[in-house]
Amino acid sequence: MTVLTPQRLDGALAALAEDPSLSVVAGGTDLMVDVNAGRRRPRALLSLRHVGELRTWRRAGDQLVIGAGVTYAHLLDPRLAALAPALAQAARTVGSPQIRNTGTIGGNLATASPAGDTLPVLAALDAVVDLASAEGRRAVRLDDFVTGPKANALQPGELIVAVRIPVIAGPQEYLKIGVRNAMVIAVASCALVVDWSHRQLGCAFGSVGPRAMRDRRAESWLASEIDWHARRARSTTVAERFGRWMSETVSPIDDHRATAAYRREATAVLARRAVERVLA
Amino acid sequence: MTAEVQTPYELTVNGRPRLVEDALPTESLLFVLRERLGLPGSKNACEQGECGSCSVLVDGVLVCACLELAGATVGCEITTVEGLGKAASNGNGESDPLDLPDMLSDVQRAMVEAGGVQCGFCTPGFVVAIHDLLARNPAPGPLAVREALAGNLCRCTGYGRILAAIQSVVDARTDDARTDDARTDDATTDDGRAVDVRVDGSRTS
Repeated sequence: MTVLTPQRLDGALAALAEDPSLSVVAGGTDLMVDVNAGRRRPRALLSLRHVGELRTWRRAGDQLVIGAGVTYAHLLDPRLAALAPALAQAARTVGSPQIRNTGTIGGNLATASPAGDTLPVLAALDAVVDLASAEGRRAVRLDDFVTGPKANALQPGELIVAVRIPVIAGPQEYLKIGVRNAMVIAVASCALVVDWSHRQLGCAFGSVGPRAMRDRRAESWLASEIDWHARRARSTTVAERFGRWMSETVSPIDDHRATAAYRREATAVLARRAVERVLA
Repeated sequence: MTAEVQTPYELTVNGRPRLVEDALPTESLLFVLRERLGLPGSKNACEQGECGSCSVLVDGVLVCACLELAGATVGCEITTVEGLGKAASNGNGESDPLDLPDMLSDVQRAMVEAGGVQCGFCTPGFVVAIHDLLARNPAPGPLAVREALAGNLCRCTGYGRILAAIQSVVDARTDDARTDDARTDDATTDDGRAVDVRVDGSRTS
């Protein structure tokens, strides 16, 4: 029986360097489902539950550094939610209180599901993922970290330490469609982040492509259609047109949760609604 | 220095040290509680965190025991439904089912009296989740209750009587404490129909 329970990050990295085949478990809300179903049979596990330094967050200038072990429930902490509103909105849509108390943002990144609720928000914010191994540290842009459905750039011996996002002055939205409002995996989701001071915005969609989907040309167009002084759209059709554009950009598939056609339509609706809300 | 959990290992369950003599590394806390430690109160249904019938507290945090790696909870305070009755609060560890109903907590008694128990399979998970909710929010409004219990499924009651049980506990505790009956939101209760509660707090039926 091997369950390693390091208290410190360097201990975890040393253990992983010694045996890179260790299965890493943070909250366990993804891994244990597979273990319970017999889909994965780890020989030995490295639990990050007791690594306190992963479970903290801090503000560093205009950056928010969120430890990989920060739970969805922790993202709802009003102090953190004030700095990353869309991340808090996304966290609130995850599972149930039990799941939110357990699952971590690092786990969402590691699993890299197309439906991962924090991932569109992190994509819209151009997040950077901090990785560490016994050899050293590196920072990877989210775009380069999530390489495809359930695939990421983690190398053997590496752990996700934190994710960094900018603190931005402006409205943020996270919207999600599923069969109910709790305990549901996204059929389609949308994160929209507006930066009043730099007159920019980021918009990413979940569950409608192999990973969170952005279209920077569409974002530039949308930015050009905003009256930044009045903080309004220049015309009443802007939100609708942005939605139509994004519904053609995304690349959804048919699966047991929804058809690709439904997801395209949902993308248009979510995009329009998000734009209307942030510019209301 | 990295700790390695070896069998036998010790878990702290309902305030008492419990020895797990033999276990595989991948065993969930739920499996260990039920099959290794003889505590069958936490129920095993979905094994994927969907149903809430295995809800327990780990270091005071409500979780699904089926998703907790048992070995990683060494050193944590684990509270199961067996530890919530009066016997536990009197320091005697788990309550003995034969001593019921005197040993029931107010939440457990309210579930019985309000008819919040039919087949009973989901009940332990609800009891733990309700204790957790009311410990954090002594007077939750209907929407707060629904959101807090969104991870506990019941296929018998339609939830109406469970919600009624919670309200009776809130009322009784509030009377006891003689405090104002402040609610966190003002939506009205309905007959237990499923109500979609949007993230922004508005709702559609």
